[in-house]
Amino acid sequence: MTFATAVLLQLVQLLVMLAVAPLLIGWIRWVKSRLVGRRGASPLQPWRDILRLLRKEPVLAHQASPLFRASPYLIFTAIWFAAALVPAFSTDLALAPTADLIALIGFLASARFFLALAGMDVGTSFGGLGSSREMLIAALAEPAMLMVVFSVAILFRTTSLAEIAAQILSHPVGLRISLALALISLLMVAIAENARIPVDNPATHLELTMVHEAMVLEYSGRHLALIEAASHVKLTLYVGLIACVFFPWGMATPGQGFAAGLWGLLTFGFKLVAAGTLLALFETSIAKMRVFRYGEFLGGALLLSLLGAIFLYVSRGV
Amino acid sequence: MFAPLTIIALMLAAAALAVAFSRRPAADAVAYGAVGVLSVLLALWALVRLASGAADISVVLPIGLPWLGAHFAVDGLSAFFLLVVNLATAAAALFGWGYVRAHAAHGHAGDAPAERPPAEGPVAPLFPAFVAGMNLVLIAADAFVFLVGWEFMSLASWLLVLSTHREPATQRAARVYLIMASFGTLALLLAFGLLAGSDGAYAFESIRNSQPGAVAMTLAVLLTIMGAGSKAGVVPLHVWLPLAHPAAPSHVSALMSGVMTKVAIYAIVRVLFDLLPEPQWWWGGLLLALGALTAVLGVLYALMQDDMKTLLAYSTVENIGAIIIALGLALVFKASHTPVIAALAMAAALLHVLNHSLFKSLMFFVAGGVLSATGVRDLGRLGGLIHVMPLTAFLALVGSAAIAALPPLNGFVGEWLLFQAILNAPALPQWVLKIGIAVVGALLALSTALAAACFVRFYGMAFLGRPRGPEAVKAHDVNRPMLLGMAIPAALSVAIGVLPTPVIRLFEPALLATVEAGAFDDRNYQPWFWLAPTSAIGNSYSGLIMVAAIAGLSALLAWVIHRYASRGVRRGIPWGCGFTGGDPMARSQYTPSSFSQPLRRVFGSVAFSARDEVDMPQPGETRAANFRVHLDDPAWRLLFTPIVKLTERWANAVNRLQFLTIRRHLSLMFFALVALLAVVALLQR
Amino acid sequence: MSDFAYDASHLLGAIVLLMSFALLYQNRLFSLLHVYSAQALTLAAAAAWKGYAHDETHLYVTAGLTLILKAIIIPIALHRIVVKLDIHRAVEPAMSIGATMIAGVSLVTLSILLVLPVTAEASALTREDMALSLSVVLLGLLMMISRRNAVSQVVGFMSIENGLILAAVGVAGMPLIVEMSVAFSVMVAFIIFGIFLFDIRERFDSLDIQKIEQYRGEQE
Repeated sequence: MTFATAVLLQLVQLLVMLAVAPLLIGWIRWVKSRLVGRRGASPLQPWRDILRLLRKEPVLAHQASPLFRASPYLIFTAIWFAAALVPAFSTDLALAPTADLIALIGFLASARFFLALAGMDVGTSFGGLGSSREMLIAALAEPAMLMVVFSVAILFRTTSLAEIAAQILSHPVGLRISLALALISLLMVAIAENARIPVDNPATHLELTMVHEAMVLEYSGRHLALIEAASHVKLTLYVGLIACVFFPWGMATPGQGFAAGLWGLLTFGFKLVAAGTLLALFETSIAKMRVFRYGEFLGGALLLSLLGAIFLYVSRGV
Repeated sequence: MFAPLTIIALMLAAAALAVAFSRRPAADAVAYGAVGVLSVLLALWALVRLASGAADISVVLPIGLPWLGAHFAVDGLSAFFLLVVNLATAAAALFGWGYVRAHAAHGHAGDAPAERPPAEGPVAPLFPAFVAGMNLVLIAADAFVFLVGWEFMSLASWLLVLSTHREPATQRAARVYLIMASFGTLALLLAFGLLAGSDGAYAFESIRNSQPGAVAMTLAVLLTIMGAGSKAGVVPLHVWLPLAHPAAPSHVSALMSGVMTKVAIYAIVRVLFDLLPEPQWWWGGLLLALGALTAVLGVLYALMQDDMKTLLAYSTVENIGAIIIALGLALVFKASHTPVIAALAMAAALLHVLNHSLFKSLMFFVAGGVLSATGVRDLGRLGGLIHVMPLTAFLALVGSAAIAALPPLNGFVGEWLLFQAILNAPALPQWVLKIGIAVVGALLALSTALAAACFVRFYGMAFLGRPRGPEAVKAHDVNRPMLLGMAIPAALSVAIGVLPTPVIRLFEPALLATVEAGAFDDRNYQPWFWLAPTSAIGNSYSGLIMVAAIAGLSALLAWVIHRYASRGVRRGIPWGCGFTGGDPMARSQYTPSSFSQPLRRVFGSVAFSARDEVDMPQPGETRAANFRVHLDDPAWRLLFTPIVKLTERWANAVNRLQFLTIRRHLSLMFFALVALLAVVALLQR
Repeated sequence: MSDFAYDASHLLGAIVLLMSFALLYQNRLFSLLHVYSAQALTLAAAAAWKGYAHDETHLYVTAGLTLILKAIIIPIALHRIVVKLDIHRAVEPAMSIGATMIAGVSLVTLSILLVLPVTAEASALTREDMALSLSVVLLGLLMMISRRNAVSQVVGFMSIENGLILAAVGVAGMPLIVEMSVAFSVMVAFIIFGIFLFDIRERFDSLDIQKIEQYRGEQE
């Protein structure tokens, strides 16, 4: 019975992550438009775009290889599966023990690996440019994220997300310097990994500044739909991850009833709206940085997370 | 004990046969066939021993030093390394045979073969001798046999490097390699001498039981790390490796990079974990620091390389760094009497040893395949090979993903275990180690992420995009034995990644022999598809469920989209910023050095004082633009160049002795004799 | 002291340290001044919180002094100097920012390794406060040696002083007079620096101290 519940919750989680991801993006775009004085498209617009793109026939370059065609599916599933592992509204997930935080980072790395390869497949200069910059960002963002995991895992004695959330809910650890540094670092990583301002501009196709868009320039039709959906799910995943580790309140734990799950869903929705609003505010108030500041920005994130790990030993407890 | 000795003897016999028949075409078939069959047998023998948990065996033969004899023994550790060495060797023999056939079939490969057709070189007889030497090291149970095997291995590999002696780069490579190999052997010789003490008890059994003094032990540890570390490629003693490994023919490169470095790791494990008594925590601390340095610098070097095989050799340096980090962790946890965590770290080290021997061999085979199909090893002239060599491209993708530590392949499992061991750092008593391990963890994570960038670059440049040179256009897939040689390590990489637990179970005897605990000690029930080692603080991983879920989701998704959304595909020309045709050589693509430019700018300027030199002609000038990258290897600058200078100065000083008169020469000898006699007289008192 | 009070004062101390890193990261003079002002603000908050939690009224004075002098007056004055002297508004690091940050983390590690064994008996709060303030001091020194511009050196000096105040706040029972004298000596130092800046500028037409080097007596 309990296992059946976990499987059911897992399926709901899988569908919820997929369903809300484009809405989150739509919400961010809407808030941003309002902030700069435009009316803005409906938050449903990304969903409409994806459905429209899915029905369109893709145009492939003559020299595109099978890898180019397979990549969107692999990227989307890897990210979707990873998103399914981040407890959003309940910690009782059937797949939770198959992959911990480190495996989650591994999944995102796999998706990025194929995305970067797909960018290089057609052999245009844009694709190479995008892949090259993406790998620079990843080279610093991934270790920063692993160091965040290091702090969190040592503090809670586990790397399983479900267990971390459950522990915070049952025994709060209070404000910790390490957690504060880890949170800042994770926010910086999330901004960089999701191609948001100031690292990348999701709304531009300006050649010299773009990263993510340069890689996926050759994609069209259903392939583009999958890539776009994957990037939306990735943003939702990061919001879910930050919410799960730092703000897990409202989440249902095993053994609680239907109402708790529903309440968990509601609070998750609220967290998404809040995160989207904050991100929109942040993005409208800051300018894009130069490409060669990336190293300093993400290096800073890595060093902050390392500092967090070092401060673990100064505080009480560990 | 009879089996491995016979097999080594048979390998030497095969080498002799190959020498005898070296004029006939059958020589290659004899050499590679014999090595292939024999190493499969030896691997099976080791596998059976590991799986059945057979007791240690040993034998003393009346050969070698008269008062010592020759001791041989196989315990869990030896059996594990025998398995690793012979598994990769079997694949290399298969690939090597195909490689030779490919060259024999159409004489020269490509227009400008970077390697001589191996039929001309003395590769065939040396290959079995090299393998025999490595196996001898693994079953040696006294310092004498160990060092004989070690030298055999070093010299055979040195001669194999020399088989391409007409290449100008080879000569420097061989010279540096010979110096470093001699240095390594000397260091190990001194280490064993210190351990054996003044009465010359060279058998491992008596070394184990002796109690060396503190100074001797410290020196022995340092000498072992230097001697074996120089063979493994630990920074800053790695300088020979990226020169020598790529210079040999590709299947030999695979053995040198994938396997010979593991024999060096075996030497470190044997001495530090088995022969020496109770470890000190600073041994592990030293290994951790060296490993972190090696991992990060190795992969940064690899990112800057344009030559496929040099890139792979530097990536070996990185992986050795990761293994050394794992060994260091095992050592510090063993020293702090937490054997269960030490077993976790040791399992990570051994799994990484196995993994690296598989995927590095695979990647060198891929490089050999590309080389044999195009004759080029410069990434800047390749591209688009996925269209002309689809099978090689697929296997290379598996290898690249595995080496970049992506789930669900085996490289990831090794990293996962290593991070779980690192997360146990708070269990240590020393503050320096607790904080130091956090830093090491950050550096390890950095090197893993950079490795992914490195292999995106490798794969993207060689196999994707459009051909950058004429050689890449007319390539073709390689022959069956070569493909099979690649497919074996690729399949094993996938299998270990998906089902790691049975493989780690297999290590149990090796773990018990080194850290006196197993990785799953306090779990009585461990399902075969679930990886949850003891001290991995309540964490688990399951490659199988993950792969099943992802494959299922992908298939479902593809079906739904193709059924309900859209199915057709149109072809067109890509967006090239106004270039629509007229770019047949695809010059506008990113090149290897442009791909690594952002990383070079962030890391290279600090680590290698990298400079980009652009010579751009003025508008109206007709000369070509020029772009050069300058890299400065800190190991050469900070360590070796000063040593060379110092040596030269000493040599100049000593040189004067050559011009003495005979009377002075005689008086030198006389005084030396008197001085020695005086020392003896003093010591006897 | 309740857990929350304890955690909050930790966190405020950590933010002061974080601001020291932010100072190292800045490459524009004005944002440097903003970050400095934010650091002083956090320091004032830390002192006030400590005063509230420990019920030590004199810490409120410290907080007030810090707030008025260092979070408001000095940044505004420096801002005006920069505008008035028309200084080049980039920070001009002598070391690359990445290298400075790595050096900064190493310094923090060093101070933790120094403080931990010495304060093994002390409570975790004192331990952490000592580690934090030593780090802030070292980072200020690093800032002074790794930046060319005289204004950023002044800011580095001020942030050293912030580290000292943090230590004074952390160690219970530091008499107020010490803090007062530190604050006023900083004020005096600031005035002297200001005069120097004007003077340097008048003579050499630049605030890049590298350029001033060549006027040193011994080189002629």
